[in-house]
Order: sequence, then structure tokens, then C-alpha cells
Amino acid sequence: MENKGTLYTVTVFSENRVGLLNQISIIFTRRKLNIESLSVSPSSIKGVHKFTITTYTDHETVDKLVKQIEKRIDVLKSFYYTDDEIVYQEVALYKVPTVQLLDERNVETIIRKHNARILEVTREYTVIEKTGHDNETEALFEELKQYDIRQFVRSGRVAVTKSPEEYVTMYIEERAKQKEEAEKQWTKTNASNL
Amino acid sequence: MDNYISGSEALIRSLIGEGVDTIFGYPGGAIIPVFDRLYDYKAQLRNILVRHEQGAVHAAQGYARISGRTGVVVVTSGPAATNVITGLGDAMMDSTPLVVITGQVGSSLLGSDAFQEIDVIGITQPVTKWSYQIRSAEDLKWAVPRAFYIASTGRPGPVVLDFAQNAQNEKIEWTGYKKCHFVRSYDPYPAIDETTIDKAADMINKAERPLIVAGHGVEISGAEKELVALAEKTGIPVITTLLGLSTISSKHPLFKGMIGMHGNIAANIAVGKCDLLFAIGMRFDNRVTGDVSCFAKNAKVIHADVDSSEFGKIIKPDCAIHGDAKPILEKLLSKVSENTYEGWLESFVADEKLEVEKIIKPELEPKENLTMGVVARKVAEAAGEGAVLVTDVGQNQMQSARYFLYSHPRSIITSGGLGTMGFGLPAAIGAKIGAPERTVCFFTGDGGIQMTVEELGVILEYNVNIKIIILNNNFLGMVRQWQDLFYNKRFSSTALVNPNFVMLANAYGIPAEDVESKDELDDAIARMLAHDGAYVLNININPEELVYPMSAAGAPLDEILLSRDERYQK
Repeated sequence: MENKGTLYTVTVFSENRVGLLNQISIIFTRRKLNIESLSVSPSSIKGVHKFTITTYTDHETVDKLVKQIEKRIDVLKSFYYTDDEIVYQEVALYKVPTVQLLDERNVETIIRKHNARILEVTREYTVIEKTGHDNETEALFEELKQYDIRQFVRSGRVAVTKSPEEYVTMYIEERAKQKEEAEKQWTKTNASNL
Repeated sequence: MDNYISGSEALIRSLIGEGVDTIFGYPGGAIIPVFDRLYDYKAQLRNILVRHEQGAVHAAQGYARISGRTGVVVVTSGPAATNVITGLGDAMMDSTPLVVITGQVGSSLLGSDAFQEIDVIGITQPVTKWSYQIRSAEDLKWAVPRAFYIASTGRPGPVVLDFAQNAQNEKIEWTGYKKCHFVRSYDPYPAIDETTIDKAADMINKAERPLIVAGHGVEISGAEKELVALAEKTGIPVITTLLGLSTISSKHPLFKGMIGMHGNIAANIAVGKCDLLFAIGMRFDNRVTGDVSCFAKNAKVIHADVDSSEFGKIIKPDCAIHGDAKPILEKLLSKVSENTYEGWLESFVADEKLEVEKIIKPELEPKENLTMGVVARKVAEAAGEGAVLVTDVGQNQMQSARYFLYSHPRSIITSGGLGTMGFGLPAAIGAKIGAPERTVCFFTGDGGIQMTVEELGVILEYNVNIKIIILNNNFLGMVRQWQDLFYNKRFSSTALVNPNFVMLANAYGIPAEDVESKDELDDAIARMLAHDGAYVLNININPEELVYPMSAAGAPLDEILLSRDERYQK
């Protein structure tokens, strides 16, 4: 791909229901959008799951994409952001042979320089962890490469917005009120039908 | 232990609780328990036994679209589930409320490639509004009411419930059916933002050449009266989409025809000329817009729809009104000024005359062979007010839609979005069952009818009184038309060697006759309509007949072919 476009971070808040990931991912597939990274976990709101998805595209496409995602019944809200609108991180793990660290004092310097940390050391291997933006985890990877990285893994992006408004919480509160209203209305019409 | 019932029984009681009295179904291994319970409820819940599961869905669509009620389908697992996919896609595209219940192997067998197991949820997610697998009978109490709520509200659509066999047999405590009236993550009727109404009213009041485009959403919302009231108060001409044709009477002076590829000349030209396009309950399908970059290029656009994802999907509106068509029109009505647009309306006349002279007249007064248009018009006139048009897909669809006459709401049932050949016959059957008091005129082609011809068995079994008009040109006419116009007349795989349709109909106990010439037509139509029961007319149509006017695919809407060698002069 020559023109990858802008990297957008799409967040999706949904009910905790089986099959949602598929529903969301096929919306990307149908528009030929590649998912660069994906992370899914329970959100701070009980029973609400949060998806954080990154994809390269343009503004118009991501705008339509998010509308289509939100259209899915079990999706509460979906948003999209450019990097300057969010604080985001990802975690990378690097597994290198311990002997490399013992022989090469330089590795210690690299770890210090990158603000990485060592998670586990055994006779055979050492696991280093780096949290940061993808260019930062990538930079550490480049430097450690010469010391024989046996395994390397990077998580999907997690992100929080810089906005002072918590739209999802507000939406859920609003819907709770509307539910009460709907129930009252329903009881009323039902009573009149009887 | 009386209040303990099986999941199957609970499903039947739920359907009855939801007000369902008719389902379209076909039994099979993984749904036998449900059909077994149905045996005891025959008086309250009748199953129309279709002959193929595709027929079940299309019949339910016809039923839903004529009545506004949710169509219900019950079929088995595996191949039955894959057979309903086309209908689900069709219902999704044409916003039709359906609840489709598929049987499924028992929960313990899921994912084991068991006999007649298929990943129904995975397959149906892209073509449904919602789909859910019921793995325990307890789930049913929650899922069935929710399915009906989701299918029928907002922008309606198909919902699939995949009902595992163990859940069908499992016993649960039953305390009665409770309808769903709220889903947190789904707001079908958002409160209408008054500022958008004010803005739209202001735009309407200031416009010099305004045009209303009414779509299927007006019909779904039941807002036909409100649409006409708004048009009459403001004096704004109305054009419609294919699915919106019966939202206003064909004879209404403000009705200016259909928009789109085979729409009316004046309507399509007006789209280019208008300075305000008020689109309501429509979604700017590419068969409607032609080249999007040229579409309504002189106009500001107001787009009103219940589905906000439609705003800007194709056309960027200058004012988007999110909500249901009926309250939107009601609110607008009080805010728009009375007006007349004599000059603007006058500008339609020349194009209307041109279409009459170049296209409509030759179509309605053919010299030799019968044309599709004259058949459709004569049937419409003979059937009288209130008749319903059901079509298949292709030339038969375009010509019958163009020349039929619409006087009542919900009078056209056609596969607009998906363009499903084979839709027509089962949809017509479903429509008649959904509105037995109405005359259902089903126009099809010799190709389309053969795609679901097995459903003639339903007519035989249930004595469904529909009038079937086969516009038979022994070709796949619309594909042939494109081959004729754009592929150097290389008629690749479009000629059909057809069966004797009269004998075929007779085999199902349906009276039928061939109509070869103009002189026979009127009497044949009269016999068809007078007959108390289904009737087939197999009408010989010249294969050379092409549907005009035509704006070619992807071309600007106002670049119109009047015939093979003649273009509309702008």
C-alpha cells in the first residue's frame, strides 16, 4: 500500500455479548480496511466492553465506518480519534537469551536508555518489557535485534481520550432515564388496554 | 407442574403473545420439537408450508410489507438456514421486519460439524439487523421479545434466532409472555431535534425550485397522508423511489414520477434543476442517483431518515433530520408556509410530454406485439383502485412498476435493494395471505418465475388467490437489454428454452392461458380477474422490447437514453 492514510483509533463500547467482535470486524472487512491493532477488555462500566482498534484510512471512511459500527444493535457507542486527541500506549515483550545480557554490558545501557524493564530472568532467557508508542517499542526492537531476540510480541493499542467529557458514561445515564420513562409509558398504555 | 413447559412450547406461546397468527415454515430434523408443539396450536398459529426455505422468507417479506406486521419464518438447521440467506439479505436491504427462527443442533454438538450443523450466527450477522443463538430455554424469555422489538422498530430489518435443539426440549417455568419495549444500546425512535426541523422548514420556505423525494421509509412509517399534506400545503412536487411509488397516488397532480435509472424523464431532470431536494425515507441507492458527483448538483439537500448512518453515506446533506418520517412530516407541516410554484411546475410539462410521446405512447399503444407496459397498465385499470403490484426482478419489474397505477398505501412489493430474481412468486403469496381483501397482481418474467416456481404448490394447497402475469419474452430480458445496448448484441446465456407455462400452472391446478396478441389481452385480463382463485396469464412479449427511458449505470441521471439512437437533449 502506497498511501496508507492517517492512523485512526476507533473505540467501541458494547454490551458484553457473544459474537460482537465478528460483527465489528466484518464492517472493516467489507470496506477493505485492515485492522492494525486490536484490544478488547471489560471497560470501567460494569457489563460494558471496550474495543480499541487502529486502522489506516481517511476521515470520510472512518466517519462512515463508525456510524456502521454504532448501527449494530449491541453497540452502545463508537468514536474515532487521531493520535493528537488521545493518550495511548502499547506493551511490547522481548525474549532474549540471558547469556547475551551477561556477555554484553551494552544491553543494560539499552534497557536503561529506553526506560524498559526486566520482567523475568532464568538461566536460559530474559524477558524485557517496554511500554510506549509503537515507534518506541519498535526502536528498542531495532537495538535489541543484534542480541538475538527469540520472541517479540506487541499488544494492541489502549487509549483514553483527552476530552473532559465522558460521553459513554453520559450516554448510559441518559439511557437509564429513558428506560424508566419507557417503562412508565408502557405500564400506562398497557393499563389502558386492559 | 403445569407452568413448566418446553422451550418449543414457550416459543409457540411467545409467538402468540407477540400477536403472530401466521408463520411461513418448513420442518426438518433440528426443528421437529417446535413443529410438534405447533400441532396443538393449529387454531391460533397456522403454518404456511412453503416448498423451499427461500420461499418462506420471501413470503414472509411479502406478508410484512403489505401488512406492516413482522413476518415470521420457522425452518430447520443447516441447509434450511443457508437457504434463507438470500431472503435475509433482501429484507436487510429493503428494511423489512422479519423474525427468522432456525433450528440448530444441540448445544453439546455445536462446533463439531454435526449433521446439518452450520454456523448460522456467523453466516447471518452481515445480513441481519440482529442474530442470536438460543442455547438454553431460559434464554428464550429474553431473546424472543427482543427479536420482535428489534425487527419491527426504527428502521426495520430481519432478525435471526438460532434455536438449539436441547433448548427446544428443555423445560422452563413459564409465567407468560412479556414484550420487550427497551434495549439500552438501541434507540429506534430518537427524539427529533427541533433545530433541524426549524432549519429544514426555513430551507423549504426559501426555496425556489424545491423537490420532495419520498422513499420506502414514508411507507414504513405510515406517513403517506402526512407526505401528501406537506406537498399540498407547500405546493412542492413529489417524486418517489421505486419502493416509495405507492406513498402518493399516481394521479395526484403533484406526483411527478419515479426517480432513478428507469425513472421518469421529468423527475430525473428535476433532480438536476431543483435548488432544494428534500429526501425522506430513502437512501440514495446508486440506481437512484446515477453518477453521484452530478446528482442534484444545484440543490441543497435535506435528508430525513430514521437511520442516522445514512446521512452522508452517499450524499452529504445540508440539513439532516434524524427521526421517524411521520413525526418529522407532522412537525414540518406546522412550520412550512403555503406556497405554489407555478413556474417550477410548468418546467416539468415539456419533459412529461416528451416522455409520453417518445416512450409511454408507443409502449401503451403497440403496433404489433404486446409490450410489458400495456399489459401492466391494462391489468392495473381492470383491477381497479387498491390493487397491489408484486414484481419479480428485471424488465418485468421496471415496466410493471412504471405502468401500474397506485392509489392506496402499500401497493408495491418489489425487491429493490438486492434485486432478487425469484422474490416475486413467494412474496405475492405472502402478500395475499397478509391482506386477503386486496387484489394481488404479480408480474414476473419467464426467468424469475422459474427461480421459485415450486411455490405454486403453496397456491395449490392453500388456494391463494393471486393473479400471475408472466411477461414472457423467452429471454433474461434485462441482461439481454444490457447486452443489446452495451455488449454489441452478444446475447451470452440469456436466451431461455422455456417449459409450457400453461401446462405447468395446470399441473398445480391453476387455470392458465397463453396470450399471443393485443386482441386477446383485454378478455384474458377480465377472465383472470373474474376467476375466484389464482390464475396465470403467459403473455408473449417481443424480446426486442427495451426499458426506456434509461440513464446508464454510473452515468449522470440526466443523461437519458430515449431509444437506442436517441438521447434526451438537455
